[in-house]
Amino acid sequence: MKTKLLLLVLLSIGYSNANAQLYITKTGFAGFYSKTPLEDIKAENNQVVAMIDTDKKLLAFSMLLKSFTFRKELMQEHFNENYVESDKYPKAVFKGSFTGVIDLQKQQVYNIQIDGTITLHGVDKKISIPATIEMRNGVLTGVAKFQLVPQDFNISIPSLVSDKIAKLIDVEIKVECNPKK
Amino acid sequence: MKYRIPTTLLLFLFSCNTIFSQDSTLMKMMEDSLMTGQKNMYVTGTFKGIHIINLHSIEAPAKKELIFMIMHRFGKINDGEYQFFGLDNATMRMGFDYGLTNTVAIGIGRSTFEKTFDGYIKAKLLRQADGSNKTPISATALLGIAHTTLKYADKPYMNTKYRTQYTAQLLLARKINRNLSIQLSPTWLHYNLVPTVADKNDLFVLGMGARMKITKRASINIEYSYLPAEQIKSFKVYNSLSAGFDIETGGHVFQVHVTNSQGMVEPLYMGRTTGSWSKGDIYFGFNISRSFKLGKKK
Repeated sequence: MKTKLLLLVLLSIGYSNANAQLYITKTGFAGFYSKTPLEDIKAENNQVVAMIDTDKKLLAFSMLLKSFTFRKELMQEHFNENYVESDKYPKAVFKGSFTGVIDLQKQQVYNIQIDGTITLHGVDKKISIPATIEMRNGVLTGVAKFQLVPQDFNISIPSLVSDKIAKLIDVEIKVECNPKK
Repeated sequence: MKYRIPTTLLLFLFSCNTIFSQDSTLMKMMEDSLMTGQKNMYVTGTFKGIHIINLHSIEAPAKKELIFMIMHRFGKINDGEYQFFGLDNATMRMGFDYGLTNTVAIGIGRSTFEKTFDGYIKAKLLRQADGSNKTPISATALLGIAHTTLKYADKPYMNTKYRTQYTAQLLLARKINRNLSIQLSPTWLHYNLVPTVADKNDLFVLGMGARMKITKRASINIEYSYLPAEQIKSFKVYNSLSAGFDIETGGHVFQVHVTNSQGMVEPLYMGRTTGSWSKGDIYFGFNISRSFKLGKKK
């Protein structure tokens, strides 16, 4: 009897834990920017799926590469066809964890360190980046800015256009997550 | 009791596991919604250029995109050594194509062949798409007009009406996989003036084309227009057959090809091709296009 009770308690703890600290969104933002004297390229995606578990300090992001929009449609086509090959590798995914002390009861911006793996163009790459996290009116906002190198993901840039594409691509992520009901 | 504690522990561990897996299941669910939530996942890059070779492809310039295109054909290879196998002679068409919206484009062109002006309007009716609104093919409609201005000393009666020809075309294409795309183009041509009464003013032609990518930025293209017999009687007309190679670099598309047609506008190559492959009436040529994005930077 005692065991059963203990089991029930343990299970219920487990269950409540799973529900209370999950924050999710389907409309997160991801943008990347390449600046060179010849050409500025900007691409943005407002359909990023994100999940942040503040209790276990885990995060996961996923987005469709086809959802990135460019100013020039031709660039968008080339991005999908020739660079990320979105027909073969439709998604970009990040899975990882973060470290840093956060208190969600306070309305304060916390600096955290994120470690995890980006999967893009069929290549997994471990990254470690700083980010900020803030709780305001029940909405958890996470912001990160970092840089990626296309060649790290087996994305080759032909020499003819290499002057028009930056060696380091600036990436911006901003997600506003609501608690999972 | 001895056995129960480990069982409880196991169950506890199991419950922990479900918490973790719950996260990943949730993530998977959300990712799935990402895929199915996309209404119009248009398939892009069915063809590299707005022309397969001579034939219009289903592609059109996007909104506020201007494409400047030069189509160039040398003379016949069988002209021989004196004409340097055709390279001494050339005809060309210069054209501007512009996207009014993302589905409607217009274009104008001028060919040295018969001193022809041409204009067209192209509308994307259907776009091949994945996602929840699955569409198996793309369909584009094209209406064109061509007007030849070459002066004939022996034909003083040639007025504006006689010099005009019309094209109506339905372009149906499917990108079968990442490398192979095919197109079918039933075409109606109308000539206001034909050489003799035995020749029809209205011609039906079936155009077809395909491209096979060989690298990310290069492809092999082929196109053929089938002109059913008995439509033209006063002179020998051949079906237009062209084959070539596309190379794309940034905003440029280079196309090099061989064809038995000298004209580059529908009424001139689909219904007036007098060159024969078997006799060596082969024209070497190229198309070069450059895309410009107009409008303010955001």
